[in-house]
Amino acid sequence: MSERADTDAALTRDEMARLVAADIPAGAFVNLGIGQPTNVSNHLTAEQGITLHTENGMLGMGPVAAGDEIDGDLINAGKIPVTELPGASYFHHADSFAMMRGGHLDVCVLGAFQVSAAGDLANWHTGAPGAIPAVGGAMDLAIGAKQTWVMMSLFTKSGESKLVDALTYPVTGLGCVSRIYTEQAVFVLADGGVAVRSTHGTTFAELQERVPVELTRA
Amino acid sequence: MAPRIAEQAADAVAQITDGSTVLIGGFGNAGQPMELIDALLEGGATDLTVVNNNAGQADAGLALLIRERRVRKMICSFPRQSDSWHFDEAYRAGEIELELVPQGNLAERIRAAGAGIGGFFTPTGYGTLLAEGKETREIDGVGYVLETPIKADFALIKALRADTFGNLVYRKTARNFGPVMATAAASAIVQVDEIVPVGDIDPEHVATPGIYVDTLVAIASGPTPALAPTEK
Repeated sequence: MSERADTDAALTRDEMARLVAADIPAGAFVNLGIGQPTNVSNHLTAEQGITLHTENGMLGMGPVAAGDEIDGDLINAGKIPVTELPGASYFHHADSFAMMRGGHLDVCVLGAFQVSAAGDLANWHTGAPGAIPAVGGAMDLAIGAKQTWVMMSLFTKSGESKLVDALTYPVTGLGCVSRIYTEQAVFVLADGGVAVRSTHGTTFAELQERVPVELTRA
Repeated sequence: MAPRIAEQAADAVAQITDGSTVLIGGFGNAGQPMELIDALLEGGATDLTVVNNNAGQADAGLALLIRERRVRKMICSFPRQSDSWHFDEAYRAGEIELELVPQGNLAERIRAAGAGIGGFFTPTGYGTLLAEGKETREIDGVGYVLETPIKADFALIKALRADTFGNLVYRKTARNFGPVMATAAASAIVQVDEIVPVGDIDPEHVATPGIYVDTLVAIASGPTPALAPTEK
């Protein structure tokens, strides 16, 4: 079955991660954001030859470390101990972010609170009063890679669409998202338009009813 | 001039006075110069402006400086973490100022200071809350924000090894902000596991050339523990 086919059931988080992994071009340099996107690494195959970048100064990051491999000097962006793969390299922070901002990474996968039809991303701050703001590398990542993909649930707990006409949460980056993977559909964003690439446990008509953005069928 | 070699961490940080701006290396605990920070805490300097990626973890290092209210202002990208309770408390009490900077802009602003750059236009943060009040410009159809250098009086850095000329080698992702911070401070103070004779470090392996290093102290602290000590 094609990775891009519609399915009768909604995607599990694991299936979403598998779909994202399968879409990453062979040989790509990739940054996976903290949270759900990290799971994509579990589905990358050796044949794909993907090199993972971590913002704290490494290319060639391997799986999460276990047992004797655990080394506090070798961590990922989430400060979890990881491992190094053959061909890995270390570099300082300014180089790491120049690599990102300079468009040298092929794909970056991030979580999101909201994405707009124009590809604007909100994922760093709820804007809630009293919340202590923290941005980390979110703004650099959003606008840096050649392609920025988002993994998120399509609806909030109260059922509102997170794919929106205009952001209501604080902006992370403008016009940067080109693809959104959700449990109900995969969306492709281009030139201000939103196309549905596949549906999962729903139909195009049902999606259009619940998502306040004009959709087309890819 | 070759760097001064201090016998003790306390001696290494003795010049840091009240009101200083201090760059502190590290990403989380990796590369955080714990023993230099402990000495700074012991030394009593206060009213500090501290630049670090985070704002302290658990009950060690930078977190203790914040707990003791030695830090007037924190310039960082990611203060809020599951174990940043000392920062959270100080911030909610209005007892610490926060300048939040996207991580790449933070690194580049420090780099700019060390490289003699007066400012730079970056696409990161354009159109966001963190660019409010800053000069912007459109260049070839892309929006950019003007960011200015972060200069400091001191840098506290942890590296793996130094030679007596101050050439530094780091270890894995503990390198992080060390090399750029070493360039941006009037005085860079570096703790290393060991100081070796000149010639023992292959020039091809030097990550920070000794020209940037002012003070060295050997503290055999070893690799960063996977988990920071906590009291909670």
